[in-house]
Amino acid sequence: MKISLKKSVLAIGPFHPLQEEMEFFQLTVDGEIVTDIDVRLSYNHRGIEKISETMQFDQIPFLVSRICGICSASHPLAYIQAVEELAGIIPPDRARYVRTIINELERLHSHILWVGLAGHFIGYDTVFMWAWKYREPVLDILEKITGNRNNYGNVKVGGCREDIDDAIIAEILKELDKIEKKMDMITKAVLDDPILQARLKGVGVLTKQDAILYAVTGPTARASGVDIDVRRDDPYAAYGELDWKVITQTKGDVFAKAVVRLLEIFESIKIVRQALKKLPKGPISVEVKQIPAGEAIGHAEAPRGETFHYVRSDGGNRPVRHKVRAPSYVNVPSFKASCIGANISDVTITLAAVDPCYSCTERLAVVGGADSKVLCDGRELLRLSRSKTEQMRKQAGFKEGFKFE
Amino acid sequence: MTYEQLKEKINSISDKLIKVEQTSPKRLYLLCESENAYKVNRFVFEDLKARFVVATGIDSDNCYEIIYHFSYDQLGTFLNVKAFIRDRNNPHIESITPFIPGAEWTEREIHDILGVEFKNHPNMKKLILADNWPDGKHPIKKDYEYKKLK
Amino acid sequence: MRWWKKVALKKSPWVFHVNAGACNNCDIEIVDCITPRFDVERFGVKLVGSPRHADALLVTGVVTEQVTPRLQEVYRQTAKPCVVFAIGACACDRGIFTPGYHVAGPVDKVIREIDPNAIIAYVPGCPPKPEAIISGIVKALKAL
Repeated sequence: MKISLKKSVLAIGPFHPLQEEMEFFQLTVDGEIVTDIDVRLSYNHRGIEKISETMQFDQIPFLVSRICGICSASHPLAYIQAVEELAGIIPPDRARYVRTIINELERLHSHILWVGLAGHFIGYDTVFMWAWKYREPVLDILEKITGNRNNYGNVKVGGCREDIDDAIIAEILKELDKIEKKMDMITKAVLDDPILQARLKGVGVLTKQDAILYAVTGPTARASGVDIDVRRDDPYAAYGELDWKVITQTKGDVFAKAVVRLLEIFESIKIVRQALKKLPKGPISVEVKQIPAGEAIGHAEAPRGETFHYVRSDGGNRPVRHKVRAPSYVNVPSFKASCIGANISDVTITLAAVDPCYSCTERLAVVGGADSKVLCDGRELLRLSRSKTEQMRKQAGFKEGFKFE
Repeated sequence: MTYEQLKEKINSISDKLIKVEQTSPKRLYLLCESENAYKVNRFVFEDLKARFVVATGIDSDNCYEIIYHFSYDQLGTFLNVKAFIRDRNNPHIESITPFIPGAEWTEREIHDILGVEFKNHPNMKKLILADNWPDGKHPIKKDYEYKKLK
Repeated sequence: MRWWKKVALKKSPWVFHVNAGACNNCDIEIVDCITPRFDVERFGVKLVGSPRHADALLVTGVVTEQVTPRLQEVYRQTAKPCVVFAIGACACDRGIFTPGYHVAGPVDKVIREIDPNAIIAYVPGCPPKPEAIISGIVKALKAL
């Protein structure tokens, strides 16, 4: 008997207990297959570009680091690089290394956070709890260096505000060793699990062609075979002087995105270790006189992709125009290309694989016309996603999840 | 492609450009009028194969400027196409979304905050301003009245 | 407030988290509270999936124009009596986003529009550490 192919609408959002950001996606489905997606933004729009025009150049890093909680070191760095390019300022070597260390530690805790969330969305709550538990030591290190777990406020035009005390470097290196061991264990458990492979491979595929047309960046692009990374293509801070590699995959599915993020965790630990050992002596900042008229661009590789800042000045104390583009602004629309044609039980994990940082984009969602009936909400979709994993596990004959050694 | 070869290729469309500015070694600005912007953008995206980043809308004194930022990753260089819209009363420009789907949101945003019309845009709807935001009020315009701090 | 309602609220508050235009920092610190290091579930605090089951609302973020009607709707749906916690500098008084053109006002102004007698507690910080959030919730509930 054929199921009626009436077009119906599902809504994910706006509020969901474990998705901290608000977003409203309206999916149009045919039976169980997604046929169209509409996204409504505006919930998070705070008008930051206009607020920038009322602030002085050295006050803006505090504003932009609050655009998003997890990219809170990349936004100020990209903005400050734009202003330094405009004024022709070269920060001292020690400042460049300190900036590198903080940015890589942020990438580390952001990727571990993602691993936990992805585990929750497909029903592996143990992964969620363990990942977030092992994220805490990274936040402790950041608190020791900068004074806060997030929103570091450590970069300024011309260098850095706070120096890393040489006495704590040995402690930090020991902590990193411990974190690396734990992440090694989680990575092996996740990547070798046959149910996870079956659940995530081939799901939410973004082809290389689509990745270029939708202009995606970061791990989302690298998982589809697009070999781009701002740290290597246009080196900033100390990345040009350290030894590390760019991780790419070719399949473009959720499993490939998970592999890219997990392997980048180890590259980040490698970079922080090298930077701490090679930390040059010297001053931490240079004096800044005046910002001349002109326009400049700064960009940095945030955990989700490229953050881009454009600054135009007329020689005064405040910018005339400040444009911000966060990575999720281009990554989230690509959800359309990877989700159309997929089953509704895969929608939650496909969206999570893009690692949307809605604050960066201003999520909003609320799409709904007067006559569209809401069939199931975000919680229902999450339940569908987790029960699919459970079914696969039963079919394969596994009794429980996986075991940690 | 080397830097010299890139500059030569850009010279091949110099009939559509006003001029080419270089503010620093890796930042090139291709200035053009809004009528030629579509062809220049297509050239940069399809012939030079640069990656689209975002578009910035600016309210300058006597015109509007839309700067399309492209990144040429092999050389770590930014190619910025700066289009001048001279008609302030009826600002419009051809949309590039038909051949770069990734530009859809950024053009909708410029329409919201600056009031520029994008011809042939496949999905022109409100993006970042609230449902109850009054029409005709564009925040990024220089004459937008600012709220007093309460 | 009936005595058994008060006991339920004080002994084991069920909370619903609302992001009213936040940058995410406060939201992640709230979710951090249920992870092993802080583990508020051993105190009976549970993160629920619907405002109808909640005793307390944790609201983060500076309330934007688009969110205002939706936040008010969530408040209406929450079973009374309930406590609204404004978590973070943005929720307490807009913080650094005060001049924003799309900012409707801090949480207390938006909630008091529909209920002048709402019980609101403030936990400042940018973001407040999980210890601060737990301490704020415990203090506010003790004072009830």
